[in-house]
Amino acid sequence: MQPSNATSGGRSLLNETQQVGQRAQCSYFRKEMASLDRVKVLVLGDSGVGKSSLVHLLCQNQVLGNPSWTVGCSVDVRVHDYREGTPEEKTYYIELWDVGGSVGSASSVKSTRAVFYNFVNGIILVHDLTNKKSSQNLYPWSLEALSKDSSPTGIIVSNGDYDREQFAENSVPLLLIGTKFDQIPENKRNDVLTRTAFLSEDFNAEEINLDCTNPRYLAAGSSNAVKLSRFFDKVIEKRYFTRDPSQMQSFTDRRRFHFKKSNQLECCF
Amino acid sequence: MPFFVDSVIMFTSQVLFFGFGWLFFMRQLFKDYEVRQYVVQVVFSVTFAFSCTMFELIIFEILGVLNSTSRYFHWKLNLYVILLVLIFVVPFYIGYFVVSNIRLCKNNSPKNGNLMKIDSPSDHPSRVGVIGVTLMALLSGFGAVNCPYTYMSYFLRNVTDSDILALERRLLQTMDMIVSKKKRIAMTRRQMYQRGEEQNKQTGFWGMIKSVTSSPSGSENLSVIQQEVDALEELSRQLFLETVDLQATKERIEYSKTFQGKYFNFLGYFFSIYCVWKIFMATINIVFDRVGKTDPVTRGIEITVNYLGIQFDVKFWSQHISFILVGIIIVTSIRGLLITLTKFFYAISSSKSSNVIVLVLAQIMGMYFVSSVLLMRMSMPLEYRTIVTEVLGELQFNFYHRWFDVIFLVSALSSILFLYLAHKQAPEKHMTL
Repeated sequence: MQPSNATSGGRSLLNETQQVGQRAQCSYFRKEMASLDRVKVLVLGDSGVGKSSLVHLLCQNQVLGNPSWTVGCSVDVRVHDYREGTPEEKTYYIELWDVGGSVGSASSVKSTRAVFYNFVNGIILVHDLTNKKSSQNLYPWSLEALSKDSSPTGIIVSNGDYDREQFAENSVPLLLIGTKFDQIPENKRNDVLTRTAFLSEDFNAEEINLDCTNPRYLAAGSSNAVKLSRFFDKVIEKRYFTRDPSQMQSFTDRRRFHFKKSNQLECCF
Repeated sequence: MPFFVDSVIMFTSQVLFFGFGWLFFMRQLFKDYEVRQYVVQVVFSVTFAFSCTMFELIIFEILGVLNSTSRYFHWKLNLYVILLVLIFVVPFYIGYFVVSNIRLCKNNSPKNGNLMKIDSPSDHPSRVGVIGVTLMALLSGFGAVNCPYTYMSYFLRNVTDSDILALERRLLQTMDMIVSKKKRIAMTRRQMYQRGEEQNKQTGFWGMIKSVTSSPSGSENLSVIQQEVDALEELSRQLFLETVDLQATKERIEYSKTFQGKYFNFLGYFFSIYCVWKIFMATINIVFDRVGKTDPVTRGIEITVNYLGIQFDVKFWSQHISFILVGIIIVTSIRGLLITLTKFFYAISSSKSSNVIVLVLAQIMGMYFVSSVLLMRMSMPLEYRTIVTEVLGELQFNFYHRWFDVIFLVSALSSILFLYLAHKQAPEKHMTL
């Protein structure tokens, strides 16, 4: 488009405005592309259960040498082959967002944390097999992530209690991972596995029990690796191949501008 | 016979305190953890029970409950038990748990020997006393300054919703940048792995040129991107903490508009006057080398009798007023200490170190209560002081008061400085244009 102003000053001003406009459009589209490609999976759990070690293991295929306390949120990226071994195989980046903290944190921490719960495509719930409380705390954790809604007209989940039906109709794929499996003595293993089986039923999710300091639990071809791969495939499917607006996230009436066609606006904040 | 009855009363009250300490431990302190070592819970509850019994004995002293010989006996017994716990039992278990934690981390270090120190028995009350008094003075100094600072809304920075939103947006943008850089690293690494060459930087460069999502900028190698990622992660942590801070301030602003908030604001003004007065008195005590001889109760009564001309039964009122005053001091210090301990525990504990931290807190609590008893002597009229003096024997009480004043002054002044700096620094970071 040629500027039609007579004066040079006016022309340069229009040029500038155009450039700014184009740059804005450019960054808009870049943002579009980036958010279209994005597959975001939250990793939630009490502090000290081993989320950072787990994320490091999943993304770098190495054991984390010096785990330290996570402040805020740390992200890592896993390269995943969707439908590996079939003709439709495609590579995706899966972002694992490891949110730190505990369920008993101050409300200021909780409201800040809620910023990370936007646009979530899957949730990995991590608990420590040697600490029963960390397993029980997964219910408030999942509620916190799934019912986050900033608009006051949203349907409010009842006083924080979990309900199995809500998890059954929940459309965000969940995965349950129990850590520190090696620290459980042989005679207690059955009890622990029964307990986690109940948990996975409640959440309507698959479960994996492992030790984050030993990569052999996720060795290629093992049942754990298959479950993990299936989970990520499910996340990607939900994200890209079932764009049904009626199948929105979770319990409350969330932002409706989530999944849209590529040339429409995507609502940010 | 009366001795037996008194002992039964004391024992029942000790069991009650033990139960309270047990419940507090389970419901408040350890509510996110599983108690695997019950000895920790027992030690904590025992320390709490015996400390509370000491306070109870002071109250009984003032009120004149129980026989005086049995009171004396129970004082001595209680004191010996609590000193035993504080000097031997708790440090021993702390050492034991620290060593066993270290052993779990490094699986091949030999178990260390006993970490107990052997001291001479007569030094114990004074050593515990000094540490406890220092602790008390530090906490009082900080508390005296922090209390008006948190209560008064004058100090609250003005935070609007748009400030918070702007900061959140920055945080998410930083996270996005971290994600895009990590994607690049992951893809590069994967291509290098597929080509079978791990360390070759040249291949990494070509791989990036060929990869679909590469940006036009050329010769970045993995370590440079990794450094950028580390810097961005540090930035994201800082932004997160700032956002939490702003949210907390916003909540406090909303709270201050409520009725409760206004009440606390009003209290804050009172406390600031009290704090200034205490600092002033501490300075005077040190400068003029003066130790107060009379307690506030008797002095207050003297003032009312002599200057205001109001006549009333001194003995009767002094007993009741000192009971109320001492009772208030005891209750608020126990409550304040338990709340502070809980907050501290939540902030620093993890599942591995929780046992050690609880034991350390039990030690601090015990020492704090023992020194409260020492210092409370000053707040009581003369006739009630005798038992404390008798039981604790040859201690230089004046030294403790002087020491308390010094540490209190140092702590209060440095808290003022610290809060001033923190307050000054914060608004500059959140200037929105």
